[in-house]
Amino acid sequence: MIEQKMDELKKKLIEEASLAERMVSDSIKGLLDKDDKALDEVVSELEPRMNDLEIEIDELCTNFIALYEPRAGALRTVLMILKMNNDLERIGDLAVNISTSSKYLIQHPQVKPLIDIPKMADEATKMLRDSIDAFINSNTQLAHEVCERDEIVDNLRDQILRELITYMTADPSTIERSIHLIKISRNLERVADLSTNIAEDVIFMVEGRIIKHHKDEKQA
Amino acid sequence: MEKYVLKVIDLSAGYSGNWVVKNVSMDVPHNKAIAIMGPSGCGKSTFIRCINRMHEVVPGASVKGKILLEGEDIFEMHPVKLRRRVGMVFQRPNPFPTMNIYDNVLAGYILNGIKLKKEEKDRIVEQSLKNAFLWDEVKASLYKKGTFLSGGQQQRLCIARSLAMNPNILLLDEPTSALDPKAQAMIEELITELKKTVTIILVTHNRAQAARVSDYTAFMFLGEIIEFDDTAKMFTAPKDKRTEEYLTGKFG
Repeated sequence: MIEQKMDELKKKLIEEASLAERMVSDSIKGLLDKDDKALDEVVSELEPRMNDLEIEIDELCTNFIALYEPRAGALRTVLMILKMNNDLERIGDLAVNISTSSKYLIQHPQVKPLIDIPKMADEATKMLRDSIDAFINSNTQLAHEVCERDEIVDNLRDQILRELITYMTADPSTIERSIHLIKISRNLERVADLSTNIAEDVIFMVEGRIIKHHKDEKQA
Repeated sequence: MEKYVLKVIDLSAGYSGNWVVKNVSMDVPHNKAIAIMGPSGCGKSTFIRCINRMHEVVPGASVKGKILLEGEDIFEMHPVKLRRRVGMVFQRPNPFPTMNIYDNVLAGYILNGIKLKKEEKDRIVEQSLKNAFLWDEVKASLYKKGTFLSGGQQQRLCIARSLAMNPNILLLDEPTSALDPKAQAMIEELITELKKTVTIILVTHNRAQAARVSDYTAFMFLGEIIEFDDTAKMFTAPKDKRTEEYLTGKFG
């Protein structure tokens, strides 16, 4: 009985994760294709759906704990689902931020060709997808890899920032557009951070080991 | 079909003028599992024993109010006919000690003097034992005494005996409190399966069990139903302070 309920809960979380992933990739795709409609859809259709899912999963978790009193692995799993639920909803919010900046940018001339931002978006969405794959398959190896890849995204963000500072110093008329690009890179970096959180939660869920804040190294 | 399989209207019941169940009303929908929980002595067993008119059997018992089974007033029905439609299983398994497993399942027919053809009997025994998740374990020993079975098996045999009569409602009074955890889990699984075809009313003081198996829960305290609601709702956000205190283990 408890397994069946847990499966339902996991399925809901996977549904939420694929929605989060779609929101991030649509917000970037909208920017690259100058697709205003797709960007609007992220804000006015996908975001409300995400909010509803978050509440639904919160309730499912609360009921699960209240009715089935999970222990050990089952308890860790439901607690981590609660946290991932929060992180995924935040990723949805970040995608809305990206869409808003993108909507501004597609109405103005490009500061520079978009190269690093799509690369960053690819990395971040891949981290998200892999962290959820790790969750589905209890694959801690993959979860560790996701945590390590966070640095790639951080570096890309720093690189974008440096480059845009050069543009802004040379031509102040690019400042507003550059700030929007910086905001997008900052939001993508946050997507990667939250995906890392999810991966860390997967490791705790499967192994009962805390790896965030280098906790296990301190204990060792 | 009536919207509710059972309607309890302002029911009070007691012994020698002392009311143990006080002005209880409850609408029970079809094919759901209802748990009735509450501290010892709150009247939950007396309450369900009114539903198949077992309460009246006790000397000095009194009852007032109405109970409608699919719209029919049970106090105007013949008690034996009523009990065919409202089966009951007790805390301690009680198969008939002199009967074999086969006859135990058919006891409702045998004791009522209902004659059945052999094929009909075989069909009822097999189906009832299958529905009670017991068939595979006993099919090779149908003619052995029911008392040779383990406690959990005996309890499932008693459930099969009730199911053989095709009841509308199955009353379970603490059906797992005399069983080990494994047998208990099996009965709980059985309950979730059975409610597809029969309404279950389960008395339990095991809060976790009420949570796991029931769709609706009633909390009884000092003879009254304090709260009756969707189980998930009651276990996450009960409306009454007393329910909250009971669920968090402050009493009972």
